[in-house]
Formats: sequence, C-alpha cells, structure tokens
Amino acid sequence: MKNFAYARAGTVEAAITMLGRQPNSKFLGGGTNLVDLMRENIEQPDALVDVTGLQAGGISELPDGGISIGASVRNSAVANHRLVRERYPLLAQAILAGASGQIRNMATTGGNLMQRTRCYYFYDEAAKCNKREPGTGCDAIGGFNRMHAILGTSENCIATHPSDMCVAFAALDAIVHVTGSKGERTIPFEEFHRLPGNTPNVDTNLGPDELITAIELPALAMAKNSHYRKVRDRSSYAFALVSVAAALETANGKVRSARVALGGVAHKPWRAHQAERVLNGADANAETFRRAAEAELAEARGFGYNNFKIELAKRTLVSVLSELAESGKAQ
Amino acid sequence: MEHALRNAETATVTLQINGALHTLEIEPRVSLLDALREYLGLTGSKKGCNQGACGACTVLADGERVLSCLSLAIQYEGREITTIEGLANGEMHPLQEAFLEHDGFQCGYCTPGQICSAIGMMREFESGLPSAVTSDVSSTAMKFSDEEIKERMSGNLCRCGAYVGICEAIRETYQSGARR
Repeated sequence: MKNFAYARAGTVEAAITMLGRQPNSKFLGGGTNLVDLMRENIEQPDALVDVTGLQAGGISELPDGGISIGASVRNSAVANHRLVRERYPLLAQAILAGASGQIRNMATTGGNLMQRTRCYYFYDEAAKCNKREPGTGCDAIGGFNRMHAILGTSENCIATHPSDMCVAFAALDAIVHVTGSKGERTIPFEEFHRLPGNTPNVDTNLGPDELITAIELPALAMAKNSHYRKVRDRSSYAFALVSVAAALETANGKVRSARVALGGVAHKPWRAHQAERVLNGADANAETFRRAAEAELAEARGFGYNNFKIELAKRTLVSVLSELAESGKAQ
Repeated sequence: MEHALRNAETATVTLQINGALHTLEIEPRVSLLDALREYLGLTGSKKGCNQGACGACTVLADGERVLSCLSLAIQYEGREITTIEGLANGEMHPLQEAFLEHDGFQCGYCTPGQICSAIGMMREFESGLPSAVTSDVSSTAMKFSDEEIKERMSGNLCRCGAYVGICEAIRETYQSGARR
C-alpha cells in the first residue's frame, strides 16, 4: 500500500476544508472497502480525512414519523435500532444479510453508499477495466461474468453495485443529505448512484468536495410489511447474485401500494418502477406478481455466465411479493 | 478531537492494548494487525487473508469485534483494544477452556480470531441485535440456537473444519453464563 497523510476531522466543515486543502485526498469511514482497495493499489489517495468521529452520528426520529441516520452510524447500530426494526424491517434485514458481524461493526452508513463494485476485473490490475482505467475496455464482457449486471448496462461496463443496505434505501425513497464547500443539499436516493453509460469510472453524483452527512427515511407506514431476500452462492457472508427489497400493502385482495427494488442486477440499486406500475391496483396474487416481474425484467440482458439471473430475479420477486401478500393479510 | 493533517511519513500513535498504553512511531498505512504483530510482538492475532475475508485477525475494540487487518492503527487511537493475549487473566477465559474441552480447533490458526469474535458475538446477542436468520427482526425474542451461532460466526473461517467443536464451545459458554 502506498503511504498517505492522515487527519481526523472534528466537524463536517473541518472535514470539507481538509479535503479541499490536500489534492488527491479521500474521506475515510470504517475502511472496510477503502483500505482493501488501497492495499490492492486500486485506490491510491495521498491523504485520508477520517470522518468516523464526526457529530453526524446517531439515529433520530423526525417529526413526520420518518427517521434520520447519521452518516457515521455503524451498520450494526442501524440494524439494532428499535425504530428501524419496527418501522423498516427490510432495512434491518438487508444490513444483516450483508458482510460479517465484524465488518458490520466497522462499516458506516455513508461508507456503504460509497463502496465500489466487487467485479473481479475491477480488482485485478492486470485486467482491462473502464471503471478503474477509462478507455481500456471491459474484460467482464465476454469474461466470467456470473456476478454481473443484467439491467442498465453499457458497452463499457457491466459491474454491479454490491450493497444490500442500499437496495432497501432505494425501495424506501431515502434522501441523501450532503454538505460541500457550497453548502448543504439533498439528493433523492435514486439519483445518488449512476448507471455506467460512457463514464463507468464515476459511481455517484456526489460532488468531489461533498460529504454525506445523513440518510433520511421518509415516514412510510406500509414498510412495516416489508422484506429483504438475498440469493447467493453461500447462505452467509457472500455478495448477492440477486436480491429483492419490497414493501406491500393490500386491501380486499388488491394491491394498494407496492415498493420494490432489486440488488445484484445493475450498476446501481435498481428501483423496480415497471413492476410497481403493474402491481398498483391489481389483484394481489401470483399471476399479478409474475406479470410485474416480467415487466421489470423485460429489458434484461445476460452476458453468458449471468443469464440465469434474469429468471432468478423474476422468481425471487414473485416469492417475496407472495410472502408479503400473506403477511399483509394478518396486519 | 481533531488532528492537523499528519505527514505521510510517520506519525506518533498511542494505542491502548490489553490495558496498557503503547506509543509507536508508525506510518499511517500500518494496519492495526501489523501494529500488533510486527511492532508490539503480539502475534496471537493472525494474518490469514489480509483482506477481511477470513476473520483470523479479529480483535475487540471497546468490546466490539472488528477486523484488525482492515483497520488502520492510527484510526484506533483512543479505543480500548483487546486481543487474545488480553483474555486470560491469570487463568484462561471460560471460552478458551471450552475450546479445549470441545476440541474447537485442529491447527489452531483461526482460534484467536474465533474466540475474540465469539466473545463479541455473545455481547451482540445479549444487546438484542438480530441476525440474518432471526425470523422476526421487529421482535426482541431470540433463541441462542446453533443456526444463530453459525450465521453470526460466518465471518470466521476454519480450514480444518472444526466448526462442530467451535459451535459447541460457544453454546456451552453462553449457556453457562460464564462469559464476560
């Protein structure tokens, strides 16, 4: 690993100033992804500004019944928070489906949004990768692409976003609060991460001088009936092949409202608007759920080793929605 | 607490490990694991994969289990680190005894990480933290079952395959209430 300068920020403003003062510097959260990428020489910052000690910590209830999660709150603390467990069970489940106990104790909420793809070619300095080195090509296309994307890909990149937590955030319409040298702003979750297009090297719409300070979850009563299901090669401690985060509200056998997002299928957490359109107002049964899944995956494209993901995503979606239709009746 | 940007050469880092303060002159890139093993001679924590996949480097920071290989030592100033060397206090920790009794190892390489991880895991369970196999995350009722132990310990690999004994040792220690 290349050596670097280190600073610990005490305030958000100080963190942003420190970052601006030092060229080629980065914010450091729990380090579970960045330290690993630095050891592999994929990331080579000259300075790190540690933001884990910021007062942006803590989880608070908002007046409208939503909650705000500070960017430096560790994954375990989010998953163990009473309000998260009661009001947004899919978020607790998504977090607990990711990584290991040790990593969840280290990793921060803000860092989770900023983690980079686990594409093997991105990690392999000898491979061609437009995300790591723009213009070199993509060895995943035509290579071993079992874990790669089937939706929203480009000819330049078929990497997936590795987060579980972010799939739940996408379904919940989370709002990302950021602060930069020009002040504060909010970014709707769906607009935070990007599709690869011609610039797969740019993962997010966060400005170079901006720091995530909090994730806001708007009040959503229906999220009480929600679920996160992750399908993977091992039953624990593995990245998703496909995952589904969903919340469902039914009344008199009809879908009143549905929230659906998919993980493991795209360069960003994939909000399933096509599926939601089919679901809203339709009969809450397996046939509707299958139609919703077909609609969402209509544009899906496999690259050989990941063709199975198209049918797997559909089946997982139908399964989760069927389960929620049942549990929703009881509520 | 705020520090000025420290230069990229070396920094003075004070770590609290197993109750004692150690001041080191190290580069910011030195991991907590390397600080323990190479600079302080505490070789109980093991370097398996050095990329956060195997759990052999697990230590406790303020009682929480973390991976020392993915931790920069400089980030852990002000936190209380406990390694396998700090568990025995004149006599072995009850979980160490249980590992011996249940044959929770073969080669022993993963054992320090398994034991530190299990101690942190038992505390997490006591705090009410659910897991991926907890059927209802909104409920506070959880059972310390083998299924829960296996899921919660999935970040610690044992290539000898001593999982049965590891699981028994952890279950017995938890149920006896002898943990700390």
